[in-house]
Amino acid sequence: MDEAVNPTLPLPRVERQSPAGHLAQRCAATGSDSTVTLYEVPFLAQVELRVDPGEERCAARTAGEFLGCALPEPGRWTGHGRPHALWCGPGWYLVVDDSATGRGLAAGLAAAVGGEYGAQCASVVDVSAQRTVLELRGPRAREVLAHGCDLDLHPRRFGPGNYTHTLLAKATVGLQQLDNGPTYRLLVRASYADYLVNWLLDAMCEHVMEH
Amino acid sequence: MLLIPCPWCGPRDEAEFRYGGQARVAYPEDPWALDDTAWAEYLFVRDNPEGWFAERWFHTAGCRRWCDVMRDTATNRVAGSAPTGASLTEVTK
Repeated sequence: MDEAVNPTLPLPRVERQSPAGHLAQRCAATGSDSTVTLYEVPFLAQVELRVDPGEERCAARTAGEFLGCALPEPGRWTGHGRPHALWCGPGWYLVVDDSATGRGLAAGLAAAVGGEYGAQCASVVDVSAQRTVLELRGPRAREVLAHGCDLDLHPRRFGPGNYTHTLLAKATVGLQQLDNGPTYRLLVRASYADYLVNWLLDAMCEHVMEH
Repeated sequence: MLLIPCPWCGPRDEAEFRYGGQARVAYPEDPWALDDTAWAEYLFVRDNPEGWFAERWFHTAGCRRWCDVMRDTATNRVAGSAPTGASLTEVTK
């Protein structure tokens, strides 16, 4: 009963393509560990958690139990292991996980905050395809970001544990600092990823020159 | 450029915000009692002072919340900000 494969027609593409995947080679060829490096961390599970102001404490407890970390304070992110919980706005959190699928994480979180009553105290939406994650790492990372970000990124004001939404080169990004490398994670909308990676590669130029 | 203090995110550049006009324009208690002139007044007519002015800003590139900001329209000094509805720093006129 097998249908004959028509060799003239291309087979449907089955492999996933990340928004900045076509720039991976250029990213890998730019910079070094002693200056700054840029790479994409594709296909992370991302789930948006929206909490009613009156249900904040209940949701924080149930979500915290599921995630293994408390929901973050304003301007912060939490999570030691796999899932990171990022504070996006009042009652608005983004959960990022590299060990789960978006659908699975959303189902688990929805069950955790709503139980059999069905997401009573929060709304949970799988937004994995909305943004892709770029990582910018190295001693010059802060200078590279300073080319297009108005935020004060001095360690005194923005350090590991901080997460915020802001503009980078006119594109809306989520900016998360992971460690004192410094390593920054940029959560950028998929349609802006090509533009932002090209912009970052351009901004990195003067910092990766061999003198 | 203005540096606008978002009540949740802290001081941010004006480019991250959208302007929302005058703040604290109360909805009429009984809209049906208004005639067309009064209704148009409520909908379209806003103060335009030279000096301190309570206005709304939407942090579109940040926390995506509205806030009220007290700004001097002549000097662009900002006295303070507050979540919509919360009490805002009153500045002597």
